[in-house]
Amino acid sequence: MGYAASFKVWRGDAEGGDFVDYTVDVEEGEVVLDIMHRLQATQAGDMAVRWNCKAGKCGSCSAEVNGRPRLMCMTRMSTFTEDETISVAPIRTFPVIRDLVTDVDFNYQKAREVPAFAPPEDLAPGEYRMAQADVERSQEFRKCIECYLCQNVCHVVRDHEENKEPFSGPRYLMRFAELDMHPLDVRNRKEDAQEDAGLGFCNITKCCTEVCPEHIKITDNALIPMKERVVDRKYDPLVWLGKKIFKREDLEAEQRGATGARSLENPGPDNGSSLDADRIGPVGTT
Amino acid sequence: MTDPGTPTAFEAADASTGGDTPVTHHTYDVLVIGAGGAGLRAAIEARLRGKRVAIICKSLFGKAHTVMAEGGIAASMGNANPRDNWEVHFRDTMRGGKFLNNWRMAELHAKEAPQRVWELETYGALFDRTPEGKISQRNFGGHNFPRLAHVGDRTGLELIRTLQQKIVSLQQEDFARTGDYESDLAVFHEYTITELLKDGDRVAGAFGYRRPTGELVCFHSAAVVLATGGVGKSFKVTSNSWEYTGDGHALAMRAGAKLLNMEFVQFHPTGMVWPPSVKGILVTESVRGDGGVLKNSEGKRFMFDYIPEVFREQYATSEAEGDRWYTDADNNRRPPELLPRDEVARAINNEVKEGRGSPAGGVYLDVSSRMPAAEITRRLPSMYHQFKELADVDITAGPMEVGPTCHYVMGGVEVDPDTAASAVPGLFAAGEVAGGMHGSNRLGGNSLSDLLVFGCRAGAGAAAYLDGLGNVPTVSDASVTAAREDVERPIESSGGENAYTVHQELQQTMNDLVGIIRKADEMELALKKLHELKDRVPRVAVDGRRAYNPGWHLALDLRNMLMVSECIAKAALERQESRGGHTRDDYPTMDETWRRELLVCSLRDGEVVLEHQGQPDMRSDLFDLFELDELKKYYTGDELGGHRSDAPVRKDEVNADDPGSEHTGGGA
Repeated sequence: MGYAASFKVWRGDAEGGDFVDYTVDVEEGEVVLDIMHRLQATQAGDMAVRWNCKAGKCGSCSAEVNGRPRLMCMTRMSTFTEDETISVAPIRTFPVIRDLVTDVDFNYQKAREVPAFAPPEDLAPGEYRMAQADVERSQEFRKCIECYLCQNVCHVVRDHEENKEPFSGPRYLMRFAELDMHPLDVRNRKEDAQEDAGLGFCNITKCCTEVCPEHIKITDNALIPMKERVVDRKYDPLVWLGKKIFKREDLEAEQRGATGARSLENPGPDNGSSLDADRIGPVGTT
Repeated sequence: MTDPGTPTAFEAADASTGGDTPVTHHTYDVLVIGAGGAGLRAAIEARLRGKRVAIICKSLFGKAHTVMAEGGIAASMGNANPRDNWEVHFRDTMRGGKFLNNWRMAELHAKEAPQRVWELETYGALFDRTPEGKISQRNFGGHNFPRLAHVGDRTGLELIRTLQQKIVSLQQEDFARTGDYESDLAVFHEYTITELLKDGDRVAGAFGYRRPTGELVCFHSAAVVLATGGVGKSFKVTSNSWEYTGDGHALAMRAGAKLLNMEFVQFHPTGMVWPPSVKGILVTESVRGDGGVLKNSEGKRFMFDYIPEVFREQYATSEAEGDRWYTDADNNRRPPELLPRDEVARAINNEVKEGRGSPAGGVYLDVSSRMPAAEITRRLPSMYHQFKELADVDITAGPMEVGPTCHYVMGGVEVDPDTAASAVPGLFAAGEVAGGMHGSNRLGGNSLSDLLVFGCRAGAGAAAYLDGLGNVPTVSDASVTAAREDVERPIESSGGENAYTVHQELQQTMNDLVGIIRKADEMELALKKLHELKDRVPRVAVDGRRAYNPGWHLALDLRNMLMVSECIAKAALERQESRGGHTRDDYPTMDETWRRELLVCSLRDGEVVLEHQGQPDMRSDLFDLFELDELKKYYTGDELGGHRSDAPVRKDEVNADDPGSEHTGGGA
């Protein structure tokens, strides 16, 4: 069923660029990424495309195909008609490096701003006990392959560069929810998400959920419950009363700053290897 | 994140090492090349031991090939069956590798895997649970008990994300102290290392380029950990990603280290075979571990016809017994679909060859008739999506078509088991790039545990090496200049060869001539072809731009792929027997005299040299863990003399009723 397809691929760099027309062969069962590879091998050896697994597991090959944010490796050519001209462009929210490759370091900066998992201090490795039903909530969010399509479509940052500073985006707000729902995490994450990560910017339009290739219900299962938890704590009269009576503000401040057991202060057997490498030297010398 | 690290004396001095293109210099205690499971675990360990560490990641941080691992991490925690312990795991590993494994590595691996898995939970990992709330463990090929800690069928993603988040956590601790996230643990992602730099015999650093800009970089580090993964991109049908170009194997060889066991390449029995563009993409062994069965075009469960003599006692001989095993493993033997991977891959290959294959040239893997649809989508969610979205096949309603795909290289850098140190002082290797641990064939699930156990040991080994180091090695200007010339050659070349074309010919050659079933004349032809390709590589020319130029990157990777392919072909031609991941059509049986022979590749005057090396004898207490009758299948008669069966009395080998003896792994 091979045929010659018409493509428009954005070529350029930070200085600027434009769509370039290509006619390229398509074989049965192929995906858009296959076509980009054929272009590289036959017509455009220097065309920049970021990809890794080609199986929808690594989240590297995000692009906008006919204007829709997609993983190129999971976009089958059979979803287009043979006479259709298919456009492929880099994802819009992040600065272009070259051709289809963008600078996604924004996401790595936001990842560093989420306080890490705070493990319980009284449990040794091997002593963790959690029920399957309790881990499943956070497991759904850990399916995230970090393709950043949700970050790309979120209107809070897509056309508002100024919001990138105060707003972490759906992927990392979901990370707050994941840790908040982790059965053993000891930190209070609600204020972190609201005050430091800009949860309030989100007005639940569900664009993120729509584009998620892992079908994670980001809005319904992570963002909305997280917003509810924040609101519950803020306006719950019992929490308010409790704070007055028991001076729980101190306790909560402590919880909010909780980090659990820190590694570098105690790099002993529980954190690292218990073994001294007992024989040091090149192979064959001992 | 793309340009971390504090300025060093080299940077302050602007560090142009002559020539047109400036080179950016960085200085760290430990340089970890590779950011998959082994690299990240090594970096964590070295940082915990007080070292300043840089991690080089060929792709984006968090996208390394580990992310594609599906089934689980093998560790004898005994959560699913309390009879499991490190001794059983050790035996399974040695059997799976047909006794060619480095026994000390197999011992350390079996003993330490549980501790390495448990500590992941302290980093935030969320494994699937048993009813008591412990880490759930699933069945896998070659493992005698349910042993694989897992998260559905996306365990590799969980592993890499957990380690990535632990790195971030350590960076946050550093930030609290220094105000800089990357002051002591920096990630250089989308960088590629092209050469190791030495001072005399010792490692002094590494040279490479930054993918997005084409900028050249030089790292000054007295300890370098290779964790670069495998070589699958030399084959046409493979489950490996573009990164798997044998970089670490080739870097180590050029630096003077040796590679062993390179003839052993694992073809995973179940890769997708249709549509053609996804041919090779992995179908997890969990499908079989959880009850899936293999059938040929006649509807027959053919694996019952392929149980080899050495495994005869451990596998069911009827479908009824095999099926009962899933619910009563203590009183039944496991179904032959769960034989080690090499056995299953050869069986599938043979069924197809004899005309009982599926239309697309595979066999059928069916889970739809074995459990309800909801159970399939819960246990195997990513397999469900993979087939639905890439092949338009609903695996809850019908079978998958599968066939062998190049998956893993057992061979790699020869290392000291305890420290992961190679023969080159300051150079360490862990994970798939290291050799010996898996012998002639790796069991499923033993890869992720290998990454953690030996990644950790490599980090510890590198830290200890630095602690004992006297004067620090330095990088010479001449070595930097030479490395730069190699990197820039394809840009300056006008030879007219196309990198993609050379790569495709290499893949076809390895696939057709050094593939799953091998013959002497075909491998001789392959070696001839590889030499031709090697001559063409210097003529590969690319369009001149340096920023994110995949043609240039491939041109540089080709050199490594060709060197590794030559090692594979040479060793495969030399080994005149069939064992594990090496099957000779002209020498179809296993030969016990070859068990004592390891084939070792090194580089002499730029040429690959192959030598024989003796296999060290197994320590007697480990030897005694096996029954004499089993050892007789692998050993020659005169090697069996020291076995415990010669001695008058010894306590029973497995303390099945004494749980206290089962988890003693961590210590060593």
